[in-house]
Amino acid sequence: MNRIASAGFAVLAIATGILILLGYFINVPAVADFRLILLEWAVILAGVAALVGVGNLFSVHLQRVRQRVKGSTYSLLLLVSLLISLFLGVTPGLEAAQHIMLNAIMIPIEISLMALLAVSLTYAGIRLLRHRPTPIAILFIVTVLLVLLGTGAWPLIGQLSVFSDLRAIVAQVLAAGGARGILIGVALGTLTTGLRVLLGADRPYGGK
Amino acid sequence: MESLHWLALGIVVLTSIGIVIAALLVGRKPPTFRDIPAFRQIRRAVSMVVEDGSRLHISLGRGSLLTPFGASALAGLSMLRQLGETTSLSDRPSIATSGDGVVNLAAQDTLRSAHEALRISKPFDINRGQLTGLTPFSYAAGALPIMRDNQISTNVLIGNYGIEIALMTEAAEREGSAVVAASDNLPAQAVLYATTPGTLIGEELFAAGAYNQAGNFHIASLLAQDVLRWLVILALLAGAILKALGVF
Repeated sequence: MNRIASAGFAVLAIATGILILLGYFINVPAVADFRLILLEWAVILAGVAALVGVGNLFSVHLQRVRQRVKGSTYSLLLLVSLLISLFLGVTPGLEAAQHIMLNAIMIPIEISLMALLAVSLTYAGIRLLRHRPTPIAILFIVTVLLVLLGTGAWPLIGQLSVFSDLRAIVAQVLAAGGARGILIGVALGTLTTGLRVLLGADRPYGGK
Repeated sequence: MESLHWLALGIVVLTSIGIVIAALLVGRKPPTFRDIPAFRQIRRAVSMVVEDGSRLHISLGRGSLLTPFGASALAGLSMLRQLGETTSLSDRPSIATSGDGVVNLAAQDTLRSAHEALRISKPFDINRGQLTGLTPFSYAAGALPIMRDNQISTNVLIGNYGIEIALMTEAAEREGSAVVAASDNLPAQAVLYATTPGTLIGEELFAAGAYNQAGNFHIASLLAQDVLRWLVILALLAGAILKALGVF
């Protein structure tokens, strides 16, 4: 029975995938309309999946609080914040409170984490030179420094044209060329991964 | 239909046919791949997890399956199936985290399938697949306690990330656990290069299945990728020569 169900899911997924794909290439109104309906369904289902995920997050942290494991205070804080956010989000007339929550709590916290990243990455650069002092690693660090020196103005002196010109060459010629090469590789990988799903070789919906 | 659409459709159809033919042929004579240290590290980590009773954490990133970034999540899911099956028998089975609802459901389903395939008597714990946050930083911040509190010996981070991945690699470094990481995002790849030795660059992320015996189709798609890459190189060179000659 499981096998029949699995084959049924595969046929449904492959047929849907092919229809969506054909909608991009063939300009037939019926196909385009059907594609639009399927995409709308997908968006609704993704929203439901996000809700299920939040439920999962809630249950994991509730379990941690019940078991009083190490760090359960943070889990409790998460649960309380989640319930407050939910209340503010679904109660009509509390739009101002929602904005305050977003602009005064969430965005500053995310910006703080971003600032923390600057420190983490500087430390990572130093560690890279200490643990892996290969020619490529040295080239990496020198390039980073060069780009940094050419990005901002120096105190009293202002922008140094030597560094800004070098930065422009590195960023717009060398880095852009390399980035395009990597992106072409990623695009080809994306294409073949998608085709594997369309051919039914990969079935993320049936655990295969 | 525009000519570009025909060309794109032709590439898709020919690549599909190429993958099917290659999948049939590689069964007879499997090709030899170049050595990628990160995949070697994953194999070593899996045997270590089974032997020393530690846990494997597989992070699938925050790419939604409804966007082009979903392909990296699919590559991660394919890896999750392989690793989930191998580590399900250990005392501490692997944990998967993600930053997208659909990927989270797919991860839970994949882990459940791996669990059922081995016919383990212990019931499957659905919380082995966890959604830790829906924004980039909340996802990373939510994954940090999991990396800290679950006796994780190796973190396999495969999916779509931004620079916030540095927070995760930093946390792993602090806990003394190994990291094997790959992202389809360029800034994340640069960050990974600086922070972790076990980094997969560019399309190496999509080779995970082929290197971990996920089946003939994975090997075939890797071969198709190589053929397409050479065709793109030839097209770029031909375009450059024709441009230099003033043809267009």
